[in-house]
Amino acid sequence: MDQQHIRNFSIIAHIDHGKSTLADRILQLTETVSVREMRDQLLDSMDLERERGITIKAQAVRVAWKGYELNLIDTPGHVDFTYEVSRSLQACEGALLVVDAAQGIEAQTLANAYLAIENNLEIVPVVNKIDLQQADPDGAAAEVADLIGDSPERVLRISAKTGQGVADVLDAIIERVHAPTGDPDAPPRALIFDSSYDQYRGVVAFVRVVDGVFRPRTELRAMALGTRFEAQEIGFMSPGNRPVKELSAGEVGYVITGLKDVSELRVGDTLTAEKNPAAAPLPGYKDVKPMVFAGLFPTESDDYPELRDALEKLKLNDAALFYEPETSQALGFGFRCGFLGLLHMEIVRERLEREFDLDLLVTAPNVAYRVKPMNGEWVEVHTPADLPDAFDEVEEPYIKASIIVPKEFVGAVMELNNDRRGRFDHLEYLSELRVHLTYELPLAEIVLDYYDQLKSRTRGYASFDYDVSGFQPGNLARVDILVGGEPVDALSLIIHRDFAYERGKLLVEKLREEIPRQMFDVAIQAAIGARIIARETVKARRKDVLAKCYGGDISRKRKLLEKQKKGKKRMKNVGGVEVPQEAFLAVLNLNEPAKR
Amino acid sequence: MNGARHLYVHLPFCSSRCGYCDFVTVVGRNGEHGGYVDALLRELDLERPLLAAELESVYLGGGTPTLTEPRALEQLLGSLPAAHELTVEANPETVTPQVAALLVGCGVGRVSLGAQTFSARLLRTLGRVAQPDDVRSAVYRLRDAGIDNISLDLIYGIPGQEPADLARDLAEALALEPEHISAYELEAKAGTRFTHAHGSELERQAESMESYFERVVETLSAAGYRWYETANFCRAGDPDLRAHHNLGYWLGRDYLGLGVGAVSTIENRRWRNAPSLARYVAALARGERPPRELEELPAEVRATERVMLGLRLDEPLLLTGLEQALDADEVEQLASLGLAERTEGSLALTRRGRFLGGGVTARLLV
Repeated sequence: MDQQHIRNFSIIAHIDHGKSTLADRILQLTETVSVREMRDQLLDSMDLERERGITIKAQAVRVAWKGYELNLIDTPGHVDFTYEVSRSLQACEGALLVVDAAQGIEAQTLANAYLAIENNLEIVPVVNKIDLQQADPDGAAAEVADLIGDSPERVLRISAKTGQGVADVLDAIIERVHAPTGDPDAPPRALIFDSSYDQYRGVVAFVRVVDGVFRPRTELRAMALGTRFEAQEIGFMSPGNRPVKELSAGEVGYVITGLKDVSELRVGDTLTAEKNPAAAPLPGYKDVKPMVFAGLFPTESDDYPELRDALEKLKLNDAALFYEPETSQALGFGFRCGFLGLLHMEIVRERLEREFDLDLLVTAPNVAYRVKPMNGEWVEVHTPADLPDAFDEVEEPYIKASIIVPKEFVGAVMELNNDRRGRFDHLEYLSELRVHLTYELPLAEIVLDYYDQLKSRTRGYASFDYDVSGFQPGNLARVDILVGGEPVDALSLIIHRDFAYERGKLLVEKLREEIPRQMFDVAIQAAIGARIIARETVKARRKDVLAKCYGGDISRKRKLLEKQKKGKKRMKNVGGVEVPQEAFLAVLNLNEPAKR
Repeated sequence: MNGARHLYVHLPFCSSRCGYCDFVTVVGRNGEHGGYVDALLRELDLERPLLAAELESVYLGGGTPTLTEPRALEQLLGSLPAAHELTVEANPETVTPQVAALLVGCGVGRVSLGAQTFSARLLRTLGRVAQPDDVRSAVYRLRDAGIDNISLDLIYGIPGQEPADLARDLAEALALEPEHISAYELEAKAGTRFTHAHGSELERQAESMESYFERVVETLSAAGYRWYETANFCRAGDPDLRAHHNLGYWLGRDYLGLGVGAVSTIENRRWRNAPSLARYVAALARGERPPRELEELPAEVRATERVMLGLRLDEPLLLTGLEQALDADEVEQLASLGLAERTEGSLALTRRGRFLGGGVTARLLV
């Protein structure tokens, strides 16, 4: 297809504003799938997946409309994947910005719209769900138009649910989004905007060809990482795999690489041909680094191999997931895992628990810190226990937070942000009723219960998004929790000094409630270095006997004893103190991040 | 093996059931006593080969053995093999001068009296029939009849029992100068009516009752009693007034149990007769053994039990043959905590270790 007849676009929207419904409707309208197939797909996706060899979670679908080839490129829906979103957007020339007619602009709408603008995309504004009774299409259209600097009349008004206006959307894509402008005769270059792993065929790269032509059975190279492989198959999805003889400049499709490790192929990297290589890669490749870390431990230590296998499998489809073995004297063998953000962490945890049926203990999440030890070089620290007792400087990651909220809650949001060491940046009225606030906040303040707090203080009305903005110095300290004089590695935390006492006290009190009385007094302490900042004592037991024991009781008493013995084996020994795993769990739950 | 030297005989009949009791008991059925004793003697006949020629102890437990119809009780006592120690359990209100005389006449040398408490209020809480005066008069009657080895059972940790109540119970018991005292903490088992009625109160009191065990041991020790087993005390000195039948259990010896619900342990087997009175009597009427639940006891299980039981005593446990049942690291740790004492070939708990005997033993075992 010549480039003049190709249009590449994404759909960007806040969660639940109708992105997938619109995508489904486009597939139907263009007869890419029939109504019947659509239903089949919903009902029987696992079978389909097996049948087609590659995941049907179509990262990019080609549809035909009025003689044009339209490529719909999917974007990951969340803030943790900002970089991935930006790569998907870079693969397009245009984007549909979908806004719920009843809800108006939300924080994610903003973040994605800005990303699209940064990537020089033509934005086609769409107000969806106009069939809803509480819809205010004019209000929503005014907000969107204002946001992107367009006129409200150019905002399309549709209902993806009923199909009303969807054809106009496709027409608008052809009219308003410009055609790709790559050089079809130049050495080939393609942007990898997503990848997945197929257990039979290895890593599959989803690409946007920028220049030149790609053909199967040719040697290709990923320019940033230097990975070489032979393209085993090249094609596009519609929505199943359609192998082709070539993909040329402007087109979108997949490359089956045969590679066995997703980390060999990174999103954002540029593919070129080994024989006729491009001089320079496409701009914008970034090595995405995990920012949030947590220890994952199996509740039953016997499950360690299962956890390792499960992480290996997840990693195949998730190059951003980082993990390495970690041994905690309190929690046993597990892994320190790095995530792009909180949602990413939740997703990984949920998949491990649901898909792999694992019972997990997750330590309080912490962010990555940069620390300069006394007379040493800067290092990055991923676990609180690794923060040296003495250091010159420590830095923590900051975010730019974007919060949209009805104006009556502005005070509540400001108060929350002040409590969380936030620095006010900007306030803007989106309409008479709604306000857009931006703040600079330490990421560490977000990973605890920020989102829950935000929701509860704004009665659920606030929407929130963030972007990591860099490292800044912080007045931070490591608080250790000591049981019987010994630090419990899994419970150490890095915290701003102003909050250390309060937090330490809370943890120590909780732990005292949870640790059963022992044969001796047990001191539970919170300490910064050698300085004890909080202390509680679990008083020793004064009696622990099985009262009566005669001929008829012996078997029962022995079983009781065996049970007691087994119970103790499940306990972790810290400083000679038997601590039930539930105690750690209870303390870690105090630090449970908000579920989204 | 030369046969078991300890014989237990279970007499299940009671006039009423106490809420906290978990023994096999039968209320009423006064007409069945004779038939039951016949069945007991048939079971004795069937199992006699398991007994040693000379018995150290015979123990009649219940139920309330002294409630058994006198002729049947007399017949039973007359038919049991002789032993160095013959103990009968009694509830205070059943000890009439006639019963006391019957026991002495049948060679009973030791009576274990279920006093439990001397507070009328707490007796009611426990659902006991006896009044405080019944306990005292039972002791006097037994003494008058010539019994010179009396044991009193006491229970502490009763719902509503204040420290002063406990002190009074101990003083009252000591005033009767019993040769032996058993003092148990009340065990409120989950799911029983008793726990349902009193569980929440016991929970509230748990903290203040922590010290009761210590108070019991301190008071009785100060009065010249030897704390020779976790829950048992005897007047110190000569003669040895420990309960020799129960010592058999604690030393891990074999024993034969007769009667409904009774347990026997012989070599590598333990069995429990089914708790149904009707089935017990019917089976033996046919000349068959009663239905039983059998448990195999491999050598390591018996070794575990010997440690568990032996550490209840005040005398060091000889470790011959028991080494493999013990966790050497834990022994060392517990010794360093001042809870256990290891000497060449033996192991004992310290005084503090004995108060924590359950937890300490659980840690010591492999």
